[in-house]
Amino acid sequence: MTGSLPKIRVRGLAKSFGEKHVLDGVDLEVPAGTSMVVIGGSGSGKSVLIKCILGLIEPDAGRIEIDGVDLLSLSPRKRRAMTARIGMLFQNGALFDSLPVWENVAFGLMAQKMLRRVEARARAGEILGQLGLAASVGELFPAELSGGMQKRVALARAIAATPDILFFDEPTTGLDPIMGAVIDGLILDCVKRLGSTAVAITHDMASAQRIGDAAAMLHGGRIVWSGPAASLLESGNPLVDQFTHGRREGPIRMELRA
Amino acid sequence: MNLLADVLAGIGRPVLGVCFTAGRLALFALEGLSHLLRPPFHFRRFGAALVEMAYFSLPVVALTAIFTGMVLALQSYTGFARFSAQGAVASVVVLSMTRELGPVLAGLMVAGRVGAATAAEIGTMRVTDQIDALSTLSTDPMKYLVAPRLLAGIVALPMLVVVADILGVFGGFIVSTASLGFNPAIYLHSTFTYLETMDVASGLIKAAVFGFLIALMGCYNGYTSRGGAQGVGHATTAAVVSASILILAFDYVLTQLFFAR
Repeated sequence: MTGSLPKIRVRGLAKSFGEKHVLDGVDLEVPAGTSMVVIGGSGSGKSVLIKCILGLIEPDAGRIEIDGVDLLSLSPRKRRAMTARIGMLFQNGALFDSLPVWENVAFGLMAQKMLRRVEARARAGEILGQLGLAASVGELFPAELSGGMQKRVALARAIAATPDILFFDEPTTGLDPIMGAVIDGLILDCVKRLGSTAVAITHDMASAQRIGDAAAMLHGGRIVWSGPAASLLESGNPLVDQFTHGRREGPIRMELRA
Repeated sequence: MNLLADVLAGIGRPVLGVCFTAGRLALFALEGLSHLLRPPFHFRRFGAALVEMAYFSLPVVALTAIFTGMVLALQSYTGFARFSAQGAVASVVVLSMTRELGPVLAGLMVAGRVGAATAAEIGTMRVTDQIDALSTLSTDPMKYLVAPRLLAGIVALPMLVVVADILGVFGGFIVSTASLGFNPAIYLHSTFTYLETMDVASGLIKAAVFGFLIALMGCYNGYTSRGGAQGVGHATTAAVVSASILILAFDYVLTQLFFAR
């Protein structure tokens, strides 16, 4: 029975900001060891969804289960312990710009694994090396890095504490296609090496197909389609088709006014 | 009737807004302070905040204090000369510096320098998801960002005020002996004759309160900032303005508490 339990299960998740219902009953299941890609238009609530799972935003209603345990029913301390198992790559990297690169990477090792600074620094160097960055990069500050290097460092920080769940918020946004493919390759390597369950949100169809085993589309606050990531471009769903092919005409009407 | 309701609503809305903000600020302060009593403690962050607040504020506080002491000596000399009380200049300078001008001016200078920088730094961290990133790395942002700064504020301002008091008195001494014709030994004797422990202690207690207020307003405004660069700009302005007003308001309250008979 435990074997069939999804790693992440979201049921009826709802979140509104004032009059705007961003999530309106989201249902999502991610089996252990697989990668799920969530696609959807800007402002469709993809980031809100993963921030709710991470405990950064309190949902209005619904259940969020990890390994069958409802996070929302846990005490704050137990919930933090559960969410500590999740590594997160933020859209813009969100690197701590007052800390050098090695300390960014080692941050979780010192906070979660209680490693001493010397040990954490050595480990950070190893992780940077796995992601193709020289040890000397560890001495630089995030502002001194290119966009692609910042993404790699952010990825290194996300995987440093060997989380069993990884979230990626638009991992290739702002990168050129080659660097995007490089980052996707590194993400795949990391997920495979750690045996993690991954959830990525993206607008980038090439990236979605590269890193996802399964895909789901969020629209109108709900999951309107889910299926294999490989079938994203021929899903047969008019909403998904319009989105993945970038058509102006179709069932999705873009809100041009706030 | 509708007009009356509109007028009352116009008064009530900002009053409720102020009450709401005051409540949120009080909860924020209590949460920040509570982290000072619960491990883990971020000593490195405290050290960095202390250096930023105390050491790097030293030049601006020192210059402000020395010129204030000089002006105070000149002004009190010309004022007291009207009723032949020039001998009180030394006492006026030292009492003014230790009780009022040292803590208030140091507080205002640090509010402009550190309060703004704190709000800008934490505000930028907020709008670039760095605060969320802290949470995902099992680190409570209040414990990591706010608590060390609150403690640094409480410790740093009294240290700066000791320096400001000494330099303010020194400024008055320089002007009085070099251009007003005071005998150095007599001036110093007058300075310490009427100075009591409470004069210095009250200034240092005020400084600790002002330091806490500066750190609190910087952290609170940065932490609650929204909306990108513009939001951070607003937070920075609000941090300096609110800290400055609170310093002046608390100065009155504390003076009343210490010296009102």
